[in-house]
Amino acid sequence: MWRVGTVLALHDETASARTITLTVPGWPGHVAGQHVDVRLTAADGYSAVRSYSIASAPNQRRIEITVERLPDGEVSPYLTQQVAVSDRLELRGPIGSWFIWRAQQTEPIQLIAGGSGIVPLMAMVRSRASADSAAPFRLLYSVREPAAALYRDELQALSSRDSSVSLSYAYTRATPPGWTRPPGRIDDALIAETTWPASLEPTCYVCGPTSFVENAAGLLTACGHRPDRIRTERFGPTGGRK
Amino acid sequence: MNSDDYLDGNSAAGELGRIFAIDITAAEGQCASCGTTRRFAEARVYMRGPGLVVRCAACEHVLLRVVSAPHHVWLDMRGMTYFRFDAPEVAVPGSGT
Repeated sequence: MWRVGTVLALHDETASARTITLTVPGWPGHVAGQHVDVRLTAADGYSAVRSYSIASAPNQRRIEITVERLPDGEVSPYLTQQVAVSDRLELRGPIGSWFIWRAQQTEPIQLIAGGSGIVPLMAMVRSRASADSAAPFRLLYSVREPAAALYRDELQALSSRDSSVSLSYAYTRATPPGWTRPPGRIDDALIAETTWPASLEPTCYVCGPTSFVENAAGLLTACGHRPDRIRTERFGPTGGRK
Repeated sequence: MNSDDYLDGNSAAGELGRIFAIDITAAEGQCASCGTTRRFAEARVYMRGPGLVVRCAACEHVLLRVVSAPHHVWLDMRGMTYFRFDAPEVAVPGSGT
């Protein structure tokens, strides 16, 4: 079940996040929102497995993952600082059949990302574009500071050429100059201002650290979204999703 | 353990894909303690210990435990009444293959 992928390209997204493009022989294709497990094995046989969301739209030939470096991580420093083009990585996947968006879905979609929780949601936005879907998407993206935002230019381009994709940012530590909302976590006022109302019955996808997901999903539920319309994915520095 | 010290069923799916032929994140499972039925993706997953522990998101009852040893994988599912899967022909291709 482990496949060997070869690194085709590396791209730094921010000071601490890198996108790795891989070609994986026998790759069965994926659905937006799925992840892969990556296994690194040391010379002494010690191995570590971590999960990374796929960032790219479905494509039979290659996949992209975006990895955020954690200061005391076991795997992410290697993937963001040492891995080189033509290196090989062991992969398992694609994994997941619940936190996914398929191009056949036509209902309004609400995406809420915290930090690198944007990665699987970016795959959904890219999948929507590559499938010429007309599903109305809204994305609320919470980051520490402007420089921490992943895919900023691409998201801006996608939303400016398609009025059915709207984009809102929230900043938790530092804002761009002239930003009216003070730094802070997502709250009920921001949810009311920037996200689909519950009456439209959107499917909501929330991804980020556990505390972020609990907060955002709780706010959506309080606004009247039905729990079964809210799909969540949590990650954290515990050997799970990065 | 603090209240944020868990992930969710999505993060356990790769490891459980070693055992199950179909991806389990969309499967519905019923807690044997409180009777709540949820998707496996919504369960709480604790990975800090030597094994993997999955708890009910409603009542924190242990649903499932997995311990991997060099030659065996232990799966304890006594905390669940059932798992309900979509039939294989409608499932997403992926793990388990």
